[in-house]
Amino acid sequence: MTDPSAVPAARTAAVAQAPSQAPSNKPAASPRSGRKPWWLRTLRRSPLHLTILVLCAIWLTPALGLLITSFRTPGDTAKSGWWDALTAPAFTVHNYTDALDGTDITDGLLNSLLIAVPTTVVTVLVSAFAGYAFAWMRFRGRGPLFLVVIGLLVVPPQVTLVPMMKLLDSLGLMGTVPAVWIYQVGFTLPFGIFLLRNFFAAMPKELLDAAQVDGAGQMRIFLKIVLPTSGPALASLAILQFIWSWNDLLTPLLFMGGQNDGAPVTVQIAGLVQSTGEGQNLLTAATFLAVLLPLIVFFSLQRYYARGMMSGSVKG
Amino acid sequence: MDWNTRPILTLLGLVVIPVGLIALIVTGERAIRAIRRRTRDRVRPWLWLVPALVLSSAVLVYPTIMTVYYSFLDAKSEDGVGFDNYTWVFTDDAMHSVLGNNLLWLIVCPVVTLALGVLVAVLTDRVRYEKLATAVIILPVAISFVAAGVIWQLMYSYQPPGTAQTGTLNALWTSVVPGAEPKAWLADESVNNYALIFIAVWMNLGLATIILSAALKGIPAEWYEAARVDGANEWQVFRRITLPALWPTIAMVGTTLLIFTLKVFDVVYVMTNGNFHTDVVANRVYSELFVAQNFGHASAVSVVLFIAAAPVLVLNIRSFRREEATR
Repeated sequence: MTDPSAVPAARTAAVAQAPSQAPSNKPAASPRSGRKPWWLRTLRRSPLHLTILVLCAIWLTPALGLLITSFRTPGDTAKSGWWDALTAPAFTVHNYTDALDGTDITDGLLNSLLIAVPTTVVTVLVSAFAGYAFAWMRFRGRGPLFLVVIGLLVVPPQVTLVPMMKLLDSLGLMGTVPAVWIYQVGFTLPFGIFLLRNFFAAMPKELLDAAQVDGAGQMRIFLKIVLPTSGPALASLAILQFIWSWNDLLTPLLFMGGQNDGAPVTVQIAGLVQSTGEGQNLLTAATFLAVLLPLIVFFSLQRYYARGMMSGSVKG
Repeated sequence: MDWNTRPILTLLGLVVIPVGLIALIVTGERAIRAIRRRTRDRVRPWLWLVPALVLSSAVLVYPTIMTVYYSFLDAKSEDGVGFDNYTWVFTDDAMHSVLGNNLLWLIVCPVVTLALGVLVAVLTDRVRYEKLATAVIILPVAISFVAAGVIWQLMYSYQPPGTAQTGTLNALWTSVVPGAEPKAWLADESVNNYALIFIAVWMNLGLATIILSAALKGIPAEWYEAARVDGANEWQVFRRITLPALWPTIAMVGTTLLIFTLKVFDVVYVMTNGNFHTDVVANRVYSELFVAQNFGHASAVSVVLFIAAAPVLVLNIRSFRREEATR
């Protein structure tokens, strides 16, 4: 039997490649375009290209500004805008070397990893357990309980902060990394359960029944059938949770307090924002470093994202 | 023991806790194997639900109930004050501006994001460099609010007239529009809310585009061909075929955006901290909690925020019920 997880992956890849294969590189060969020269068609389509180009320029400029500023000296940055570096290039890697060895940024990056990776793993695991129970087990109160899960989707984080701080304090967890794990996992769980239940519920019943007849235990079915066929949904949840956890400022700021030991990079950067002089030239470099990892994660797993989200959503 | 040392945390977070969770279910399954089948089928779901129930009760259910309770107590959560905190929410002048701003956010942010999302999905579908173009649009999705704050301070930065404008937008504004004075984008009350909303649009458009693009690719090519054979022009094809086919997806993305917008906090906190009449409900909760230290006010504002989300909630539940009925 072929690996079931390979099927969705292969299909996604095929879909992703399709647009690049579709247009022919030799317009003259196409019968419809035979009459009009290629430049005329390009000219007629220029409003289309122009609109896309303008939108992309608007979306790219802020990030480009940051990237270029991070390679400029503080003196230059104070005197002129970042675009001056395009005509009179004067770059330095000083901001990066400073950020990487002189400060807490390296520590912050490691701490962020230590917060985001366990949070992501546990969120996916616990959501999958619960999603499986909601999708494939019959029990009293299943409907109402799932409605509660949907209700929890809209709880704003601020509502939970004060009681949560008191609770963590009484458990002796205030000021620790596990406090951040607990909060971040608990806060994303309703979304995770919602997404995975809908994905699991769409799986063919025969597949699970057959396994049960073969005498496979629930854990075996879960690990060998349910999880491997749910790649896109699990990946979507993991991507979102990793990026949110990595980028979260509020939770570590409140639950880990002012102590600098385990503070993630977002807290370090928020500290630099308020600092003056010395900190300012590190700020842009540190910001760029902090953005790098989630960008890589997102773009490498992006193809799963749309599929996972679409199948997980309730059809309107 | 010091919890915050890296080896211990790595071991705990990546080995002990995940393995422990799986072990919990495995041993639980073993334990219930001995009991009668009917009882077993009744117990089993709760075994699989336990980790989720414990965590979400601790983080969401219990705090929400406590917040409702605090909202009827005074600033220090000592004496009951009835509905005083709620009266304050709806009569205080500053709160009026806060609620108004939130309303502006709720309308402008989802509508602009959705409109641009459909535009980008439809346009990029027709060009060869689609992947590159969407990648640019998606880029800000992975950026944190703190980082976005740093990035957009560079964009919106303001220098007095007559000096060199180092902020991107003001440099553009003063050089393109003849005789224009540089604008304080974040302080000028005629534009600052829109300036903040645009940051949220910048960050969210990518997610909307990914999902709308995928939905667009799912529309059967025959529908388009049939319409073109009937002599429909591009606009008619878009109005009659593309838009109706995308509608369920637009509604889904719109709901997600509404929930996001309702809770919007970080953008305002990082950029203006609610100054210059840009405050929103979620940021107000934060400042009532940690600046004014008035737990009663903070809790009442939170509850109002939660109630404002109720219509979205009802929509979600209704479409879930409809889907359940067809299952």
